Amino acid sequence: MRPALFSAILLVLFGSLLYMATGLHFGHPAATEMDDYFIQNGQEQTATNNIVTSIVFDFRGFDTLGEATVLFTAVLGVGMMFRKLHSGEEYAND
Amino acid sequence: MQMTKIVRTTADLFYPFCLTFGLYVVLHGHLSPGGGFQGGAVMATGIALLLVSRHYADITRYIRKNAMSLCEAVGLLMFIVLGLSGLVLGGSFLQNHLAGSGSWLFGSTVGPGPDPGTLATSGTVALLNLAVGIEVFGGLSIILLYMLSGLEEDTP
Repeated sequence: MRPALFSAILLVLFGSLLYMATGLHFGHPAATEMDDYFIQNGQEQTATNNIVTSIVFDFRGFDTLGEATVLFTAVLGVGMMFRKLHSGEEYAND
Repeated sequence: MQMTKIVRTTADLFYPFCLTFGLYVVLHGHLSPGGGFQGGAVMATGIALLLVSRHYADITRYIRKNAMSLCEAVGLLMFIVLGLSGLVLGGSFLQNHLAGSGSWLFGSTVGPGPDPGTLATSGTVALLNLAVGIEVFGGLSIILLYMLSGLEEDTP
């Protein structure tokens, strides 16, 4: 494919994506009941001044457990990749 | 692989402050911006400073893979045990049963409206921050140690 044609297609795709993004209403959610509840009652219920931390570690604590598990799994993967080879063992693709 | 004396001296001077600031960010997670993940990353930066400035064999005498691995496992287990304590004492998994209970362990109440806040608030949120901080510190440090040990095998 010629570079000029490729650039034109890319430009059209990017432009249409940007045009669609201008139609979205950022900062105006359709339902605000849950946000209002957190802002009104979060500080007293969790006794936490930092409302972001109160949501991450209290209201949505189970998600944070998942995040911690993701990090644990990533470390497991790195450990398997960089492990010491046993004597006589070789990399499969060498 | 060892860097120049300037880099080594700077790292030696700087890493205690790095660890202290990371611990501050973790412990004040319920009062100021930051928290367990961010503070743990700052603490791991202090370890990274030491790792890149010195010989791998020298530094692994003080920073061991087993200790960092233990840190990571203890952090995740502490998180799960705190969640189960909420299940037993509060009624649901990760229930914040210490918040505003008046106990000596982060149990002070917080009124509505803005106030500077004290360290002894927020119940299990502070303890969960500490657990995540320990886990991220151990996890990022052991990733760096693994990568450096792979580098060390190639360059004699």
